[in-house]
Amino acid sequence: MLERIVFVLCLLPVLSAELCKPDAPGAYKVRLSIRTALGDNAYNWNKNEMFLFKAAMAYAMSNHTGKEYSVSNINVCKETLRVSFWFVVTSPDDPSTPVGKELVEAAVSKSRHRINSAFLLSDSTLEFVGIYPTLAAPVAPDTPPWLIAFGVVIGLVGAGIVFLLVSTVVEKKRRKKKKAEEKEEDEEARVKTVENGSTSDGIYNTTFSDEDRFTEM
Amino acid sequence: MGETKVSGEEERPKWDNKVQYLLTCIGFAVGLGNVWRFPYLCQIYGGGAFLIPYLIALVFEGLPLLYLELAIGQRLRMGSIGVWNSISPLLGGVGIASMFVSFLVGMFYNTILAWVLWYFFHSFQDPLPWKECPLNENQTGYNDECEKSTPVNYFWYRDTLNITPDIEINGSLQWWLVICLATAWCVVYICFIKGIESVGKAVYVTATFPYLVLTIFLIRALTLPGATDGLVYLFTPNWEILKDPQVWLDAATQIFFSLSVAFGGLIAFSSYNGERNDCERDAVLVGVINSATSLYASIPIFSILGFKATNGFNACLKENILTLTNHFEISDQNITLDNYNKWYKHLNQSYPDVVSNLSLRECDLQTFLDQSASGTGLAFIVFTEAVLEMPGSQIWAILFFVMLFSLGLSSMFGNIEGILTPINDLKLVPKWVPTELLTGIICLVSFLVALIFTQGSGNYWVEVFNSYVGSVPLLIIAFFEIVGVIYIHGIKTFSEDIYFMTGRRPNIYWKACWMVISPVMLLVVLVAYVVMQAQKYPMYPAWDPNYELFPQTEVKSYPGWVFAIIVLLCVLPVISIPVVALYKLIRSRIRQSQSRAEFNPYWNEGFDLETQEERKQKA
Repeated sequence: MLERIVFVLCLLPVLSAELCKPDAPGAYKVRLSIRTALGDNAYNWNKNEMFLFKAAMAYAMSNHTGKEYSVSNINVCKETLRVSFWFVVTSPDDPSTPVGKELVEAAVSKSRHRINSAFLLSDSTLEFVGIYPTLAAPVAPDTPPWLIAFGVVIGLVGAGIVFLLVSTVVEKKRRKKKKAEEKEEDEEARVKTVENGSTSDGIYNTTFSDEDRFTEM
Repeated sequence: MGETKVSGEEERPKWDNKVQYLLTCIGFAVGLGNVWRFPYLCQIYGGGAFLIPYLIALVFEGLPLLYLELAIGQRLRMGSIGVWNSISPLLGGVGIASMFVSFLVGMFYNTILAWVLWYFFHSFQDPLPWKECPLNENQTGYNDECEKSTPVNYFWYRDTLNITPDIEINGSLQWWLVICLATAWCVVYICFIKGIESVGKAVYVTATFPYLVLTIFLIRALTLPGATDGLVYLFTPNWEILKDPQVWLDAATQIFFSLSVAFGGLIAFSSYNGERNDCERDAVLVGVINSATSLYASIPIFSILGFKATNGFNACLKENILTLTNHFEISDQNITLDNYNKWYKHLNQSYPDVVSNLSLRECDLQTFLDQSASGTGLAFIVFTEAVLEMPGSQIWAILFFVMLFSLGLSSMFGNIEGILTPINDLKLVPKWVPTELLTGIICLVSFLVALIFTQGSGNYWVEVFNSYVGSVPLLIIAFFEIVGVIYIHGIKTFSEDIYFMTGRRPNIYWKACWMVISPVMLLVVLVAYVVMQAQKYPMYPAWDPNYELFPQTEVKSYPGWVFAIIVLLCVLPVISIPVVALYKLIRSRIRQSQSRAEFNPYWNEGFDLETQEERKQKA
């Protein structure tokens, strides 16, 4: 019994070493660019950060599938200074079989934002090679803002045009009234020599008028 | 406007003060070309060295023409048609040609302003709409056309213009451009509603605001990283370029079109002056300010272009850094922009095969600086991209587009004036039609015809109009102007006119320019221009997403019917010059022969009945 346990225990790391290889079935490469994202506030990558990654991945898998994944189901290898490494997720039912790529991809995509936030990184600085981040749907406001700006401008211009036109018309009417008043005063001073009223018919022959029209004494 | 006196004579409208007149002339001369054509020419023609042909053209061609137009308008106190009719009835066609060209140019120029308005309206969004590509239909990736080119290009060619791949494919009217065009024409109308009374007030803003914005941009641009690279690149003189005749030709045409002569607008503006105004000083002032503005504008433009080039260069380097870091698993941020060269050398020495297989990009700052653009390409593609990288992009975008709009609007004033004043002077419309209505009709007709520029192929048509209407006809008109004033009106009479107006006769410099240098220069420029245009069949760059080398533009040749329209556009405005001359000549011959035939010894004008209408007309 003991021998079997010892055998399995010794086999596990060997198995996981077998499972976790670059381009192994179900394996994904991860790259972190911590200094690019955080600059001076960058943290160092160590065992604890790796543990956080495993925990985050386990969370993502559990969240997506509903089965309980633990940290031991996440096998990591080929860690570099870049910070990059490969990982394989094994099924909780059978630790020797890796979980399919599609399932891992779906789980990561679903919880991508949570995983990013755990490391204070973003889609571009925490890179899962082969899993493309879902693009944020563009915010489409109900009224496009440009129509609002257009409405304001055309409203002002239109109001201005109407105001100026109306004021011109009003001024013209006022001027006409003034002229009409002045004309009435002039007409009274005019000598009425034509019996039939209007002087615009025919040609007014000044030879036979008594005095000039606008003579001032 | 003047008040009607009792005798019935209407006084000519006047400027409120000298400043309004000067600002209007400066505003007309300083336009979009000062901002987006001059810096480009400076850049491609050897920087500081280009200033030499430019200044020579200004002194020997630009200033004399400008002075001539302002003087003749002020002396004869009429718009372009009236002025040329006064000088000689045979020259009446020159005025008609000016009016026609003003109308055509006004149409496509306001379309450009409509585009500026569109961008202005979109500058109030966060993020700016030309920053990111839109998603494609099933939301799995970015829009294909946008991916292959850039978001800025996509926004200009697709979202704004919705351009068709070919000038023959008309596309439909783009409603968003139609409403922007309507807004632009409404703004022009509201400024013109009371003639020069309202224009004179509007120019206080439209002529001065661009200078304010340019200064703000100057201060901001000089503090951007890479600004000095751009400026050095712009102004480093390349004296070799002066041997190329194309440079001299472009300098002459640039100064000519920049000063907006031959449109009839300047004649109209100066006709509203008092009779004894010093137009020599005005002309020199307007000409010098125009060129100074071009120079002043090129500084912030090139600082910003230098900043953009530096950003592009850095982005290129960062791409390479990422490739190297990822491939060689080097710790993040060990390779930076500063030590990139060292790392690259080291890696290339250690693993030359691996490095060459990585297909790293060639990053050269000079290549990025060489990416030049002029015209709409500068404003709507290059500059909008640069603005994205400046902190506070919205404000800079808004400022930039308002500046472009004011620059264009003040130039539109001159164009519209070049149409309105001749119509008013010739009394082509009955008196009961108020000027507001006439202006409104002109704006409405221009708007309706300009709807062709809001189609899918509209941008191609604007290019056609820009290249062919605003070039050869103006040169021909200017040539006839100078010949008409100096040789038909007579240099002696003209000198007397100037003595009457300014109190001194024109000195030897002006006389030499008017009589010999400027006409010869104009003729040479005109002939050279026509020859260069005729040498190759006209082509145009088309934006075709299905082109194999997309996003490069495909250079296509204009189809036959478009070529016919081009020829028509060059010829039609100037055809009025010989047609009117012939018509007047024939009519005067007929009248001479008629009056001789009708000579009747018993016909005495003494007993001719004068109706009241005729008496009213004479008064």
